Amino acid sequence: MTEVEGILATAAALLAGATTVEEVQAAATELLGKKSALTAAHRGLAGLDPDGRREVGRELQEAKARIEELIGARRSALEAVERAARLDRDRLDLTEARGKRGPGHLHLVQRTRDELEDVFVGMGFVVAEGPEVETDWYNFEALNIPPAHPARGMWDTLYLEFGDPETILLRTHTSPVQIRVMEGQAPPIYAVMPGRCYRRDTPDARHIPIFHQIEGLVIDRGISFAELAGTIEAFTTSYFGPDIHSRLRPAFFPFTEPSAEFEITCTICKGSGCRTCSQTGWIELGGCGMVDPAVLDAVGLDAEEWSGFAFGFGIDRCAQMRHEIPDMRILLENDVRFLRQL
Amino acid sequence: MRVPLSWICDFAPFEGDPGELAAALDDLGLVVEAVERVGEGLGDVVVARVLAIAAIEGADKIRLVTVEAGGEPVEVVCGAWNFQVGDLVPLAPVGAVLPGNFEIARRKLKGVVSNGMLCSGRELELSDDQDGIMILGDAAGGPEPGARLVEVLGIEPDVVFDIAVEANRPDAWSMAGVARDLAAKLGLPFEVPDPPVPAQSGPPAGEVITVEVDDDDLCPRFTARVLTGVTVGPSPRWLARRLTLAGMRPINNVVDASNYVMLELGQPTHPYDLDRLDGGGLRVRAARAGETVTTLDGVERALGARSVGPGDDRRDCLICDGDDVAVGIGGIMGGASSEISEGTTRVLLEAAYFTPMAIARSAKRLGLRSEASARFERGTDPEGIDRAALRLVELLAVSAGPALAVAPGVVDIRGPVPVPVELTVRVARVNAVLGSDLDGGAIRGLLEPIGFGAVPGGPGLLEVTVPTFRPDTTREIDVIEEVARHHGYARLPRRRPASPQTGGLSPYQRDRRLVRSAMAGAGLDEAWTPALLAPGDHARAGWDGDELTLANPLTPEDTVLRRTMLPGLLKAVAFNADRRQEEVRLFEIGHVFPVPDGVRLSAALARKGTVVDEREVLAVALAGPGDDARSAVAVWEVLAQAAGVTGVELVVDTAAPGLHPSRTCRLVADGIDVGVVGEVDPAVLEAFGLDAGRRRVGWLEVDLGILLTEAPRLSPLVRPVSSFPSSDVDLAFAVDDGVPAAAVEASLVAAAGDILESVALFDVYRGAGLEPGERSLTFRLRFCAPDRTLTRDEVAVVRSRAIEAVEQAHGARLRA
Repeated sequence: MTEVEGILATAAALLAGATTVEEVQAAATELLGKKSALTAAHRGLAGLDPDGRREVGRELQEAKARIEELIGARRSALEAVERAARLDRDRLDLTEARGKRGPGHLHLVQRTRDELEDVFVGMGFVVAEGPEVETDWYNFEALNIPPAHPARGMWDTLYLEFGDPETILLRTHTSPVQIRVMEGQAPPIYAVMPGRCYRRDTPDARHIPIFHQIEGLVIDRGISFAELAGTIEAFTTSYFGPDIHSRLRPAFFPFTEPSAEFEITCTICKGSGCRTCSQTGWIELGGCGMVDPAVLDAVGLDAEEWSGFAFGFGIDRCAQMRHEIPDMRILLENDVRFLRQL
Repeated sequence: MRVPLSWICDFAPFEGDPGELAAALDDLGLVVEAVERVGEGLGDVVVARVLAIAAIEGADKIRLVTVEAGGEPVEVVCGAWNFQVGDLVPLAPVGAVLPGNFEIARRKLKGVVSNGMLCSGRELELSDDQDGIMILGDAAGGPEPGARLVEVLGIEPDVVFDIAVEANRPDAWSMAGVARDLAAKLGLPFEVPDPPVPAQSGPPAGEVITVEVDDDDLCPRFTARVLTGVTVGPSPRWLARRLTLAGMRPINNVVDASNYVMLELGQPTHPYDLDRLDGGGLRVRAARAGETVTTLDGVERALGARSVGPGDDRRDCLICDGDDVAVGIGGIMGGASSEISEGTTRVLLEAAYFTPMAIARSAKRLGLRSEASARFERGTDPEGIDRAALRLVELLAVSAGPALAVAPGVVDIRGPVPVPVELTVRVARVNAVLGSDLDGGAIRGLLEPIGFGAVPGGPGLLEVTVPTFRPDTTREIDVIEEVARHHGYARLPRRRPASPQTGGLSPYQRDRRLVRSAMAGAGLDEAWTPALLAPGDHARAGWDGDELTLANPLTPEDTVLRRTMLPGLLKAVAFNADRRQEEVRLFEIGHVFPVPDGVRLSAALARKGTVVDEREVLAVALAGPGDDARSAVAVWEVLAQAAGVTGVELVVDTAAPGLHPSRTCRLVADGIDVGVVGEVDPAVLEAFGLDAGRRRVGWLEVDLGILLTEAPRLSPLVRPVSSFPSSDVDLAFAVDDGVPAAAVEASLVAAAGDILESVALFDVYRGAGLEPGERSLTFRLRFCAPDRTLTRDEVAVVRSRAIEAVEQAHGARLRA
């Protein structure tokens, strides 16, 4: 073994014995420092002839490079181990972090209202709103329902102890907003009117006395029952999906003529018949019809020039169908265990 | 209305599957809510004579009955006691299957074998009677034992359609009316047979009775006929059965005939016991103030007692006897004094037309609705009166005894009776409304089968005569609806209208959605509390003063319109607390209802504005662990950011109702109140059942209308960010507790000028080194210029200016 080979062998052994970065540093000093065998060998070059000096000098240069390489490799290896150990000490069970306070939740009924609004906005409608306390005129008379008319029995009305008896009330439907919209702007009108309504109905699983409705109103030239049926169908397939269709059948509402109830394909059985739809394949969603000329008269529109249609249905009912809410009375409780589900 | 198929088959030859008939009725708008099959399962039931009744040992409720039904005696065990030996009763033998798929088996009770069952009317679904076994006859007479019950009773299996008749279709509130519509739809012939003219005898009706109508606006037509020799007794079984199927209880032949005619033709009639009418006649007039009458149901009714809406003249139509004493309320309910009874022999038969609106108002005023009033208020056929009266006589002729006689003539008092409406209908208009392509002939073909006259007028015109039984049809548009109904809605085309406008939400509606999303993002759940509060809720929440209340609340707990969201949300918090839900942070957007003044009310009644200046409010209740006024401020800042408003100041408010007096601020934008932020008063928490020792509730209530439309908005313009380094200066001031940090901050901002990039309060300290009633506020001011690196001297100058400003404005001192 030459001297250089001996130096390299010693270096390899020493580095192999180093187990920390600090020990590698100490070994490096020992191998390359002033007191190292390598330095001593360098000093010995002076006693050689030029050829020998060149020869041995090159060998020593190579040995030094080799040793530096060995030191670097050992240091990197030990640094990697230490980094791995350090990161391991950082270990975190991320599943512990779940279930901490998260974002809140939008109310099912309000979300449903947003979705319904969006469908109609996409069809070129604007959204109109109005007051919940109304006069008899807006809630009934302007809608072709005179005082004491038997048709008033269709709505159990909550009246206010204010003004003359039975003149001020909580709106029983959002239709008064239709009147306000027609009073406030000239046609053409393409608007939907969502909002809260009140009826003097004893709560049950499907009805609560405070509920939400959305109505639509179109007033333009040349609007016929065909446009009504087409709009209802477009809404139905857009909101409920392409498998769900609509049909209209005669009904009576004082503010529309002809009037219709609209039914949609049962969303549970997709029309094949089930308990929800009483085996008919259809479920009732709302009412609609051509705006009665008496209503147009009431707001000063010429029924020969303008015609239109209106429709309305329950927002809560849509929410109940989509989310399968078993009992609507839960909506009055605001139990956070309910509010946080979706 | 319950419509037996057999009954409408009297008028048109309906056949086929009841489901298809129901579908046709649905398509006419006569919506069938249920189809009921009746009279099935009776085929095995036979008539049996009771031969013997014996006690069963050890049983005190049931007995062993031996019966004979045309063969060997049969022993059955029976729990009813209403029959005796010799009676004829229905027997369901072993193997019979009764209605409801109830199979009779041989059974052993108390050691005795029962070979069948004796049946009650209810078990056979023939009546509601469940008190005992149906008695078909007795020892004196009755059907033959062994005969089949269906043959004895003339029962055929039937189908009953339960139809929801719309309020505008009085004509369809009768068997004949349903049959007319359905026959037209199916293209079947339809006819209501004319009742025969009865034989007449005795003095003319006009000599026997007097009738006066004082107020013919209430009662435009009144007819009276006189029947003598009447024997009051039970109705024939077929008639009683039809009444039962239609949902009415048989009473006696006279009352039943009246009810039968009403169901069949839609015309109510009223029979009086003529011998119990003083003064020999009737007088029809409006009730006088303070008058009362006792109706058939034994209730004394005060008339004209209240107004039921604008324009109501409070006139109730009274029927009085010849001595002007009230004997009934016209068109609504008769009186007890002249009711038909077993001893009645002479009947005055009233058949009249009452003004629909007058009946509607009276029925509402009295809170009294009857089968008659429901028909009159929707509008009966004034020309159908004679047919109804004659039909009633025809029915009575078979059940009221051989002595029945009808006095010649009729007392018929006519006032302003509605006449048939004549309308011009434009074919083009029909098609314009329906989007259809019907010609005049097609339209006539749809109208004529339902009793409308339709003849061609000028070009493209039809002259239509509306029958008097269709009071709902007064305008061209009403005729168009009839055309649509009988043509079929499903056959009309469908087209999408092209809206000429871009759809969209208003800026307010868009911002409101942003606000809701931000609130949810801030960890709040959206609630929806009722706008109706219980009496005292406002006071419990610290809100005194006037409130709007309901005149006719559904329950005593839902009577007051909220002026603040506080009670509703606190109730929701308490509801959750009671269920051990701790992380309760709720927000709600809804209307609140301040009490309007008279001027506003008058304007609203004149169709200017709204009755109440309803405010749309966002309220936040933070009731989770650690929540307090500070969390409410944090939510407010999220809200302000989401809404894009700026410059809203927090102004200390010690008197906000229901809120903690030293932990509440008003939110003020340019001098306008936007809302309040702070904490709920502990006393209010206690009043709503929340333990104020265990929790605080942060509160934020903001008027969204003001916030989103009146508060200053952030400028939409952005500024470039400086590329030069910034310098920080920390300043700690000892400040009196009464001085808001925001005020100190405002002074700093004002004094620091343009080069101030940001200022933040990063430490609040109370304790050692400070006087009592003082706290230390440490602000970090960051300075930066857009165009250069600030020098030390520049910053030092501004620093001194800021210190001086705070010390002078707030009596503060800089802490070393």
